[in-house]
Amino acid sequence: MALATRTPTKAPTPPAPGPPRRRPTTAAGRLWHSTVGKKAVMAVSGLIMLLYLVAHMIGNLKVFFGPDEMNGYAHWLRTIGEPALHHGWFLWIMRPVLLLALVAHAVAAYQLSRRDLAARPVGYAHRGRRSSYATHTMRWGGVIIGLFVIWHILDLTTGTVNPRGQAGHPYENIVASFQTWYGNVIYIVAMLAVGLHLRHGFAGAARTLGAGGRGRERAWTLAANGLALILTCGFLSVPVGVMTGLVD
Amino acid sequence: MNLTLRIWRQRGPEEPGAMTTYEVADVSPDMSFLEMLDTLNEELILRGEEPVAFDHDCREGICGACGVVINGEAHGPERTTTCQLHMRHFRDGDTIDVEPWRSAAFPVVKDLVVDRSAFDRVIGSGGYITAPTGSAPEAHATPVPKAAADTAFENAECIGCGACVAACPNGSAMLFTAAKVVHLNSLPQGGPERERRVLDMVDAMDAEGFGGCTHTGVCTTVCPKGIPLASIATLNREYLRATRKGAA
Repeated sequence: MALATRTPTKAPTPPAPGPPRRRPTTAAGRLWHSTVGKKAVMAVSGLIMLLYLVAHMIGNLKVFFGPDEMNGYAHWLRTIGEPALHHGWFLWIMRPVLLLALVAHAVAAYQLSRRDLAARPVGYAHRGRRSSYATHTMRWGGVIIGLFVIWHILDLTTGTVNPRGQAGHPYENIVASFQTWYGNVIYIVAMLAVGLHLRHGFAGAARTLGAGGRGRERAWTLAANGLALILTCGFLSVPVGVMTGLVD
Repeated sequence: MNLTLRIWRQRGPEEPGAMTTYEVADVSPDMSFLEMLDTLNEELILRGEEPVAFDHDCREGICGACGVVINGEAHGPERTTTCQLHMRHFRDGDTIDVEPWRSAAFPVVKDLVVDRSAFDRVIGSGGYITAPTGSAPEAHATPVPKAAADTAFENAECIGCGACVAACPNGSAMLFTAAKVVHLNSLPQGGPERERRVLDMVDAMDAEGFGGCTHTGVCTTVCPKGIPLASIATLNREYLRATRKGAA
């Protein structure tokens, strides 16, 4: 603790007080306005997207069982909830939820990063040990994943940039996409970014939500590594399958 | 031992600073890092130059007053305070970079001295218990479970040196705030202000301009008192719990 044992000749300038902050009164407002709460928003939105990714990865494996099963699965996705829901409504309910999670995650990350960078205005002349690769690529890795999502939707949802782009034939579109070199490069880079992002992000989310604790740190780190590995391998198996001719 | 030191010299808070090179001869490996700086300062005084300003007090590793970044690491290569770091951990002929803690919340006062009163304000916002002061209470009046006592003690070891902030790439004070919150919130004596404390201390931490936590974990690796990363998880848990309970 800085002890009052010295009398500085010139009082150090206190941080600019600024206008008195009005404390948000609602729980949501309080969360969004604190670094700890905003991080919790990132954790929850990240976990929502992670749940989607797990389902997505498992669904992708259908590609190994031929066009009928893959296309049938894609059709079935649109029938979930019938007859209570109209055809395709399930997907249209899921999309705004995912979009909201993505926007909340990105906005919180941007605002927190701005704050983090401002907290160290003068850097060290001697740079210390760097954090792990997964840790210090979180920000740019996130940007890469965000850009990939746009590409991926244009490629396999709308079919705009897909060489085939035939609605209702996801199997043929996937094969067409992964028969181009750029399709493979973009996808593989993005999936490696997802793996690294999850590796750091999942353990961080656990800690942010208070689940980590004495003796549980290691378990969460292992879980994060395992999850990252399984998802990355699962996703990468599809382009590898096309490239090796296992899927055609 | 003969050493080359590159030390950050800055005449005052508003003055520009620069790394300045000094040669120190005949350093004993048994000297502490601060004694080595004392030797340099004696020489500088004899030469009629301004001695290097650095904070220090107990020189026993228990007060938290000393602390500089040595070769890019807070408190240097060993996990201890700067006063307890001995020159035997360096080699003859080494060049050693010495810099002050770098954080927007810790403005440089002079040379290696920074103003850490931001920590005092975080403590003032909730790092206390409401209890009548005076004679010491009877030790067994309030039973404390062993596990709670251990957790509280482990976190109470924090000496507020600021190494966590100095090492964190975001200049975050999460580990410091976590240590204080976990220490008092683990004990029955801290119960009455349990929610109020965590909300106010996180608010105060944010208001001082510290960055947020991105779970790099470097704070715990430099902490001379070994405050665990799990304390940050507990702080987050306490914060979310207090928000849920709606303590306004």
